[in-house]
Amino acid sequence: MASATTHDHAHGEHHGHYPGFAARWLFSTNHKDIGTLYLIFAAVASLIGGGLSMIMRAQLMYPGQHIVENGQIWNTIVTAHGLIMIFFVVMPALIGGFGNWFVPLMIGAPDMAFPRLNNISFWLLVPALALVCTGLLMGESGSGWTLYPPLSNAMYEPGPGMDFTLFALHLAGISSLLGAINFITTIFNMRAPGMTLHKMPLFVWGMLVTAFLLLLSIPVLAGAITMLITDRNFGTTFFDPQGGGDPVLFQHLFWFFGHPEVYIMILPAFGIISHIVSTFSRKPVFGYLGMAYAMVAIGVVGFVVWAHHMFVSGMDVDTRAYFMAATLVIAVPTGVKIFSWIATMWGGAIEMTVPMLWAVGFIFVFTIGGVTGVVLANAGIDQIVHNTYYVIAHFHYVLSLGAVFGIFAGIYYWIGKMTGRPFPEFWARVHFWMFFVGVNLTFFPMHFLGLAGMPRRYPDYPEAFAGWNYVSSIGAYIAGLSALVFFYVMFRTFTSKERLGENYWGEGATTLEWTVSSPPPFHTYEELPLIR
Amino acid sequence: MSPDTHAAALPAASSGLKQPYHLVDPSPWPIIGALAGGLTVLGIVFEAHYHSWLLLILGLLGVLGVMFFWWRDVLKESHTPGLHSPVVRLGLRYGMMFFITSEVMFFVAFFWAFFNFALFPEHVAGAKEMIWPPEGIHTFAPFHIPFLNTMILLLSGTTVTWAHHSLIENDRKGLVTGLLLTVLLGLSFTGFQALEYSHAPFHFGGTIYPSVFFLATGFHGFHVIVGTLFLIVCFLRASSGEFTPERHFGFEAAAWYWHFVDVVWLFLFVCIYWWGASPVSAG
Repeated sequence: MASATTHDHAHGEHHGHYPGFAARWLFSTNHKDIGTLYLIFAAVASLIGGGLSMIMRAQLMYPGQHIVENGQIWNTIVTAHGLIMIFFVVMPALIGGFGNWFVPLMIGAPDMAFPRLNNISFWLLVPALALVCTGLLMGESGSGWTLYPPLSNAMYEPGPGMDFTLFALHLAGISSLLGAINFITTIFNMRAPGMTLHKMPLFVWGMLVTAFLLLLSIPVLAGAITMLITDRNFGTTFFDPQGGGDPVLFQHLFWFFGHPEVYIMILPAFGIISHIVSTFSRKPVFGYLGMAYAMVAIGVVGFVVWAHHMFVSGMDVDTRAYFMAATLVIAVPTGVKIFSWIATMWGGAIEMTVPMLWAVGFIFVFTIGGVTGVVLANAGIDQIVHNTYYVIAHFHYVLSLGAVFGIFAGIYYWIGKMTGRPFPEFWARVHFWMFFVGVNLTFFPMHFLGLAGMPRRYPDYPEAFAGWNYVSSIGAYIAGLSALVFFYVMFRTFTSKERLGENYWGEGATTLEWTVSSPPPFHTYEELPLIR
Repeated sequence: MSPDTHAAALPAASSGLKQPYHLVDPSPWPIIGALAGGLTVLGIVFEAHYHSWLLLILGLLGVLGVMFFWWRDVLKESHTPGLHSPVVRLGLRYGMMFFITSEVMFFVAFFWAFFNFALFPEHVAGAKEMIWPPEGIHTFAPFHIPFLNTMILLLSGTTVTWAHHSLIENDRKGLVTGLLLTVLLGLSFTGFQALEYSHAPFHFGGTIYPSVFFLATGFHGFHVIVGTLFLIVCFLRASSGEFTPERHFGFEAAAWYWHFVDVVWLFLFVCIYWWGASPVSAG
């Protein structure tokens, strides 16, 4: 395998030596191709995960609907929707897709540190998604994405479907872990001459912190899932009180992973938004170092706040006071980011391009989600709204809106770089406004429903909740339709006859990826760039 | 963008340096490995639910085969001049270091479980008191086989360091002897652990003590076996004269891994065997 390496990439810029189809797409060791595979995978998975949300909103449109016949199937749909959106849509798109494409390009490296490892990180997701879908189709994994025992133990989920779901997380976990090792090594070891850590683009900073969070949190999830699997199948009693076990232990282990996980999903988006805001304000990011270290602070503090997900699990009041205080602290570095984005725009020559629309939209929805997060961080208030639609509204505002806006912002910012083709401006704007109106209409009313006491994870509700649920479903349909517009935009982009130059955004775009052609050659940076 | 803003600006010039990294050729092992991994976990579920070993065996064979061919390729590449440049070798060190970091976090989960139960014992069905270890559990005497195993692993830490120093001094015989002794000590640790398990006064499953004990020590034991295999590979490579005083990353990685396994054992011994021992032990 090794002998052919050195002469393969001796070619010049535009006539790179491409391997054959199988070697290029199945056996790939090229960060751009693997990034593309990740993005396609995320798009496919989003159809499944998004399709499930359409089913859920159809069921909840009116009280007493009969689209989903029983609670077990409902729970299975809820579980699969959560797992697919997190592990198979947001993470592959932001980390696998944009991370693979742009971390090497932005630091001036020709590829990732471990190109072969990079490929197994991608391919492990394929059997993992197949296993999650098997669990879904068997209707045997209704524990919710948090997998709490006893809901996930052998008494309440006796079938193999739950085990398929748990093992899917093992595979996805190995994928993320290897990816994290790859990213950290790439960022530490392969920066171009002159690119010190304090000159590194903010997206790369975001990916670095993300990779550390994955490295330290995923193995703890693996341990918890392993204990759950042996409890289910091999007679251990870690989480079974009958044998002296403790279900709350699982919650601790899960959220020690689960809380960093939410930052894993949002930090790469933070990076993307920083670049876009800076590019289209034609100003450097306000407070670059503050922005970088705010992400580091979010990552560090993110490891010591996990039990704010467990305020009603029976923890004593001192513990709750600590976790509440620690959680509120996170609002500080997050505030640094929000205010720095606004300060970046302040006095800038703002150009409301499509990626900028998504970036400003991101700041708007993420601020709403962040503010409700501060509300939920209060242990006393959380006692009341725990497990209501208020929580659903909160985390969809930061993730389904925040992280997903970050993904779309990244796509519109970089699709020209990745394909060399422009997107149709008009339809891209239609997509933005449909999605923006749709998701806000879907999730904003959920705040009201939650404060009024509507609990999550039920397929039905009393008449009193009917009004806002109807509005919410209408919003979901609009957001669903916007996906069709998005795929049309992508179709138009890929079939466009126009070609783009190296730096089609102009002088505001200052990172290294804008120095290579669009699309970049198969191998970039044969000769390392110099950063001054 | 002005340089004082700390943001990466467009480079005015190319550095003139040819990129020094290893661009790996396309390889079939990742996709086969991923599918074999999928087959393996499918096999575990089929074994647990339908008592069929077939898929598990096929999956494991696939995984092991991929590991063999993948690492064979890595070794071939390391012998190809120009591929494993100094910066690439530094990258491999980073990679191993972070892999071990993630392994540490895996054991954190099991120690977390242990301390959760040892510090805050739960009620076990039928017991009068909530204590750790639970009523009726007689643990192993810590200064019997467990202490012997502690000494074996600590000694193996010194023999692997002996091998390392010999390697740096270009003393081939010392390297091979040190590695051989380390492998033998590793194997004897596994042997004593198996002996201990076979004499366990409590059985796997059913209650919390054996759950915690066997999963924590069992995963450690598995890591000892993996580390021993890694050292055996190094022994074979050393015997055929592969390592040089300047280039021996494979050996270093094996030694790091072995020290990691050693340290985990020290925590297991002190916390689970010694501090967590019952007043009356099973001898």
